Amino acid sequence: MSDRVFPTVCRRIRVATLGRYFLLVLCTIVIVFPFWYALSTALSPTEALNRGPRYWPADPTFSAFADAFNAAPLGRFLLNTVVVSFGIVAGQMIAAVLAAYAFAFLSFPAKRLFFVLFLATMMIPAEATIIPNYLTMRSWGWLDSYAGLVVVPLTSGIGFGTFLMRQFFLQLPLELYEAARVDGASSLRFLLRIALPLSRSGAAIFAVYAFLNAWNQYLWPLLVTSSESMRTVQIGLAMLQWADTTWWNLLMAGVVVILLPTLAVLFLSQKQLAKGVIAGAIRG
Amino acid sequence: MYESEPPFSLEVAQQPAASIRKRRKLPLKRAGEMGIALGYMAPGLLLLGLFLFYPAIRALWLSLSTTDLDGKITGFVGVAQYRLLFTSPAFWTSLRATLLFAVIVVPSTLLVAMGLALLADRELPAIGLFRTLFASPMAASVSAAALIFQLFYNPASGVLNDLLQHMGLGPVPWLTAPGWALFSVALISIWMNVGFTFLLLLGGLAQIPRELYEVADLDGISPWQRLTRITLPLWSPTLFFALIVTMISSFQVFGQINILTRGGPIGATNVLVYDIYRNAFFNFQYTSASAEAMILFAIVIVLTLLQFRIGERRVFYR
Repeated sequence: MSDRVFPTVCRRIRVATLGRYFLLVLCTIVIVFPFWYALSTALSPTEALNRGPRYWPADPTFSAFADAFNAAPLGRFLLNTVVVSFGIVAGQMIAAVLAAYAFAFLSFPAKRLFFVLFLATMMIPAEATIIPNYLTMRSWGWLDSYAGLVVVPLTSGIGFGTFLMRQFFLQLPLELYEAARVDGASSLRFLLRIALPLSRSGAAIFAVYAFLNAWNQYLWPLLVTSSESMRTVQIGLAMLQWADTTWWNLLMAGVVVILLPTLAVLFLSQKQLAKGVIAGAIRG
Repeated sequence: MYESEPPFSLEVAQQPAASIRKRRKLPLKRAGEMGIALGYMAPGLLLLGLFLFYPAIRALWLSLSTTDLDGKITGFVGVAQYRLLFTSPAFWTSLRATLLFAVIVVPSTLLVAMGLALLADRELPAIGLFRTLFASPMAASVSAAALIFQLFYNPASGVLNDLLQHMGLGPVPWLTAPGWALFSVALISIWMNVGFTFLLLLGGLAQIPRELYEVADLDGISPWQRLTRITLPLWSPTLFFALIVTMISSFQVFGQINILTRGGPIGATNVLVYDIYRNAFFNFQYTSASAEAMILFAIVIVLTLLQFRIGERRVFYR
């Protein structure tokens, strides 16, 4: 390679990198624009919005956030969503970890069949079961209750969670299990004290996805809640829009509030998200 | 298929498990462990049985029956509900709207996500930030997304018509014209899908061995050949997986339609799940709604099995 070519190559690479950054920024602007626009609208006073779209908040103010909490029982909606989401995540985690333990460490007849049964649940779309589930909830008197909001969506994550946690448990050396048993530790103690802490990265991946799905779910809470006090924030907010469509800044303040937890989780758990995507596709 | 491991496999999971599997010969079964195992599986089995397997079977049974307005079964009619559906123009309109929705959403999502993944698949300073921002739509719930886009589509003060006006183009009746409404709700899904699909495809790209590119560069291969001869073939298992997942989620679209168009105008956005929802919970037609749900179920199963047969074995989680 002559010394005249080398600088040219370097320059070409630098130009290519600059071009790539330019495209990266351009794409980011387009993708993030809906989030930005919601924030910009939420921060704008009502009078400014009446004059047309606000790409940048004029006289930014947080008053729409306070007004949104006054206009609708947003606090109650949020509380419901927090309770329901944690119920779903905890329930999925408990059921999946326990089942995964049996598949990874115990030997019993028809193990394969049971495992396939757990995996097969991932093929059943929620829409195929909502009508009978709704009828069940109604006959049990579980409509408009936390139990009804938690127990049905809970099932959608057990199959994947069991699969994922089993894979992590399988990476633990079997000697660990045998040693613990020889020491007289009960199997539950081994699971909670040794297997689960060593597999916490798997549990973290699962928790992130379970939380995103639980927090963002729409169809099931729409069906089983009819009283305002039991509504989740996703349903409550969408109903606000039919009440009064002109208060865009209030509506967007509500949207920003419900987006904050999931966006925070997304930013804090990039590694888990990337690994979870590889481990299996996750859809809400 | 078996000899050449797909380039994109369950990295977290499958590889270590496969290497360990030989060593992990569990002691032969004792009857006692069955009881313990059942105990550990009990919470999962109970929940899945009550709220997944039982309702799935009951939905099938409902679709073969007649009921009263309370959903109590009053008789068995065989496939009559299905026959009725397949001769009903309304059902075909709904199915066509669903297919059209998928036709709009799936290729656009894949192409955009592919472009983004290729763009972000380079170790550069601050690339992690760009990757997170590209993935960010996956944090949005369908109600948040629908409400934001409703603001975009607003006829009076909407962003999109404002931008079009600056370009000298006339206002578009985004949600109010039958010809536009399906496209407008599809745009929301494309935006929401892109985040996840991007992450998935980026993971697929990362599995392609870098040495291949280095060797190819020494051979003086053009960027186009690089893409078509190396990247695309090795990327294809992930692309196929993303295709199936996006298709399945397109067939399940509901939220933004309930929030923005309620199936209208004149049935243009009356997709399958929305039709199920209306039939079951507004018209109390539990049986025909169940038959529709079974058709959706069948579509999802076929797509899933297709992924299992043609693609590599990977799992779905919805």
